[in-house]
Amino acid sequence: MTNHWIDIKNADSILIIGSNAAEHHPVSFKWVLRAKDAGATVMHVDPKFSRTSARSDFHVPIRSGTDIAFMGGMINYVLENGRYYKDYVVDYTNASYIVSEGFEFNDGLFSGYDPKSRTYDQSSWKFDLDSKGVPKKDPSLKHPRCVFNLLKKHFSRYNIENVSSVTGVSKDNLQKVYSTFSSTGTPDKAGTIMYALGWTQHTVGVQNIRSAAILQLLLGNIGVAGGGINALRGEPNVQGSTDHTLLYHIIPGYMAMPRADWQTYDAYNKANTPVSTDPHSANWWQHKPKYFTSLLKGWYGENATAKNGYCYGLLPKIEKGADHSYMFLFDRMYNNEITGGFIIGLNPMNSVPNSNKVRKALDNLDWLVTQELHHSETTDNWHRPGVDPKKVKTEVFLLPSAHRVEKEGTVTNSGRWLGWHDKAIEPEADARSFGAAFVPMMNEVRALYKEEGGKLPEAITLLNWPKTYNPEYWTRLINGQFTKDTVVKGTKYKKGQQVPSFTALSDDGSTMSLNWLYTGSYTEEGGNKAKRRNPQQTKMQANIGLYPNWAWCWPVNRRILYNRASVNADGMPLNPKKAVIKWDGKKWVGDVPDGGWKPLSSGKGKHPFIMSKHGHGQIFGPGRKDGPIPEHYEPVETPIDSHPFSKQLSSPVYKFVDSSMDKLAKPADPNFPIVLTTYSLTEHWCGGGETRNVPNLLEAEPQLYVEMSPELAEEKGIANGDGVIVESIRGKVEAIAMVTVRMRPLKVKGKTVHLVGMPFCFGWTTPGTGDSTNRLTPSVGDPNTTIPEYKASCVNIRKADKLTEIEM
Amino acid sequence: MSYTRRGFLKLTGAGVACLSLSQLGFDLTEARAYATSLKTKGAKEVITICPFCSVSCHIIAHVRDGKLISTEGDPDFPINEGALCAKGAALLSMSRNEHRIKKPLYRAPYSEKWEEKDWDWVLSKIARRVKDTRDKELIEKNDKGQTVNRLDSMFLLGTSHASNEECALIHQAMRGLGVVHMDHQARI
Repeated sequence: MTNHWIDIKNADSILIIGSNAAEHHPVSFKWVLRAKDAGATVMHVDPKFSRTSARSDFHVPIRSGTDIAFMGGMINYVLENGRYYKDYVVDYTNASYIVSEGFEFNDGLFSGYDPKSRTYDQSSWKFDLDSKGVPKKDPSLKHPRCVFNLLKKHFSRYNIENVSSVTGVSKDNLQKVYSTFSSTGTPDKAGTIMYALGWTQHTVGVQNIRSAAILQLLLGNIGVAGGGINALRGEPNVQGSTDHTLLYHIIPGYMAMPRADWQTYDAYNKANTPVSTDPHSANWWQHKPKYFTSLLKGWYGENATAKNGYCYGLLPKIEKGADHSYMFLFDRMYNNEITGGFIIGLNPMNSVPNSNKVRKALDNLDWLVTQELHHSETTDNWHRPGVDPKKVKTEVFLLPSAHRVEKEGTVTNSGRWLGWHDKAIEPEADARSFGAAFVPMMNEVRALYKEEGGKLPEAITLLNWPKTYNPEYWTRLINGQFTKDTVVKGTKYKKGQQVPSFTALSDDGSTMSLNWLYTGSYTEEGGNKAKRRNPQQTKMQANIGLYPNWAWCWPVNRRILYNRASVNADGMPLNPKKAVIKWDGKKWVGDVPDGGWKPLSSGKGKHPFIMSKHGHGQIFGPGRKDGPIPEHYEPVETPIDSHPFSKQLSSPVYKFVDSSMDKLAKPADPNFPIVLTTYSLTEHWCGGGETRNVPNLLEAEPQLYVEMSPELAEEKGIANGDGVIVESIRGKVEAIAMVTVRMRPLKVKGKTVHLVGMPFCFGWTTPGTGDSTNRLTPSVGDPNTTIPEYKASCVNIRKADKLTEIEM
Repeated sequence: MSYTRRGFLKLTGAGVACLSLSQLGFDLTEARAYATSLKTKGAKEVITICPFCSVSCHIIAHVRDGKLISTEGDPDFPINEGALCAKGAALLSMSRNEHRIKKPLYRAPYSEKWEEKDWDWVLSKIARRVKDTRDKELIEKNDKGQTVNRLDSMFLLGTSHASNEECALIHQAMRGLGVVHMDHQARI
């Protein structure tokens, strides 16, 4: 989230799209309702009417997978009707930048497309620079090739007619949402966009979010109280696990994973450190070598020296463009290229698409280590229904996991707040935390390498690694420590003491930190700030609910990101009634500003978007793999066979894997005419491995169902409560029919399209509840993230003669 | 009224709804007397955080004689203000649960059953599998002759259930081993 949970109350208009916030983040929804009580309009755009819709001012049904068309229509409406916040757009975004002549967009494709590799050469997506290397601008926004006019041209095709025809949203509903939300394009109003997996789980997931970024920049809604783009992250510590990076493509602190073509420490820094020649651009990533060096010092301790490139040479290097995410991992496993590994606190046999394939792939492992609270479809895959265990070679270890109440440590919430949880009780029986399993396991491996030698032993034996697991030892290391006596702004720090702020991190080996974003969270002066429980705030802070002394928030306890965009050049709040920061003549008050420089009018200030190279909000965003501006593309499986305003039906660069089990239905396939979307429930978490084992939760949501409209039910001869078979080209799933007006048939390009919706939390290890919905979904993913397209695929449905997976 | 919200709740043990009663002038003496007989009497209060979704609702765990006896939303935490959803409210039954796995389990190749083992046995066996796989399959150079030190054939999946500290150490361990296939719920 750019903002945080409590800040939602400050919004004047709330657009919930790609999220069922009331059911999936129930407690946080009170902040939506508080905004509503204060007069905000709440809108829910979603295929299904849910409890979120019920508490909104209005619900707008939409065909799953057409959000960019919907959002593009709003961007067009804002531009055509002059609803944007002009000063903000000119001063704080790249709308005035001139885009170089080589950039083009024709027939659904951006310049640089190579159909053979299905990738873009992005070199033409760039700006004209002046002699100093600073982007040329036209603040009058009249230049035909300035971002603003290219945007206008691009989205001119997204008129109400076209958008209504492709999304299935009525013209009245479009007008209603567009007019209401765009009313926040003034300094005294703020609108927020709340999204979740309903936006990310598409082959255009990143561009869904880009469309929100563009809209919010046009309306001046970024950096302000009650504004922002707010990802309602759905997993327990998924913000923290992303920051500390249980992911292949980055290393902790959002730095690139080392690559084969960056062979040395110097080559890595050169390739990854942006340079700006604009004195008003903070270009914050210029400091990356300090963060990277401190991370390497954290990993390899005293063994990491300037002379050996801080042990960079020992690290694994991926190939440029290589994908090591789930989808490709399971495909390689299916093809017998993977020997063994770890699956902890995760149930991919239920939660990864095309379950029939991934379940078969897992049989090909020699060994598998799992650590869980309960048995799951993953831990027990070797004796799943229809499989003879005597034919499954995999050696499986199942380690008993400690529960949250049985361990201590920090987690980071969606609003980037760091919270410390104490250990309440000892772990049940022989259960252990992940830390108490992995630290000794690695010590066993280290001992073996010390005794026996082996391949590249130093990558393991030189690691800075403790003998036992003590959570707070790692909390301190995450913040970072001095590796020698150092003076920072007149204060002396001894070797081993905590680094006070990331501005004190260094690339000369004198500091170590496992994550620069968290530096400042555990200091000599403030202790472990995740434990802070002080509700004190100034009147200005209390006015918008910042709570700066409660817990700590990354970065540097800044509660609202890009907050320098909430003030004018003199540092005065654009909306004085809900001020985030303010220059009082000598210093900033309110939130921690995005950098402490004086206001821009002093001549010593910086542009507000400090993380981007040139310092402006990126309406034109050249860094993404599928284009600098969003374009509507159909889901890979779609009920229509032509795009209403382009020649390119689906994303030209979506990712996919190819095997005999990875079939895809063709566009408008008559065998699979119904759109399927999948979702979570309040009572179950993700693949359901844990919550199905809790009797009261299972009682509340006991079995797999499929929601469908009465019109579809009638067409198929299905009654409420009937057992049905839902079928895609990849597999079949049994479910109970839930016939409800919450699902509406939509008119798409003149024909009726039906939608059905299913949860995916049920599995065979909880008998009689049903089994994986993801047997239906395809292994196709977003080109930037490889997040699979769970939210839109095509199926058919029929009444079942008899059910074997579900007890009726 | 001079009560802090938390202090007030401690006294009454009866939830936020009572606040309005006191404001309306109800006498709290009886409620206070009732509170002394509550099942959480004498229990230690420990702050924990709900293990589901990313709101991070704070929860007070009541512990007596080393046992968890009750959990409730933390009324002082500014985000959840004491409220919990169905999953958060089920924290007690989630942790005290007959389905929990109690000991390390081992399933041998082609076996039809789990066997109970101790931690030392499983950890040394796992370390052996890791080392043998790595020694056999670590790719030190790619086709172009560049040093890559990559163990493509081993992977780690999970988990957003881990704390920040656990994520940091697991990441470090995996990169040390050369693991590049690494993923978790953030990509679901």
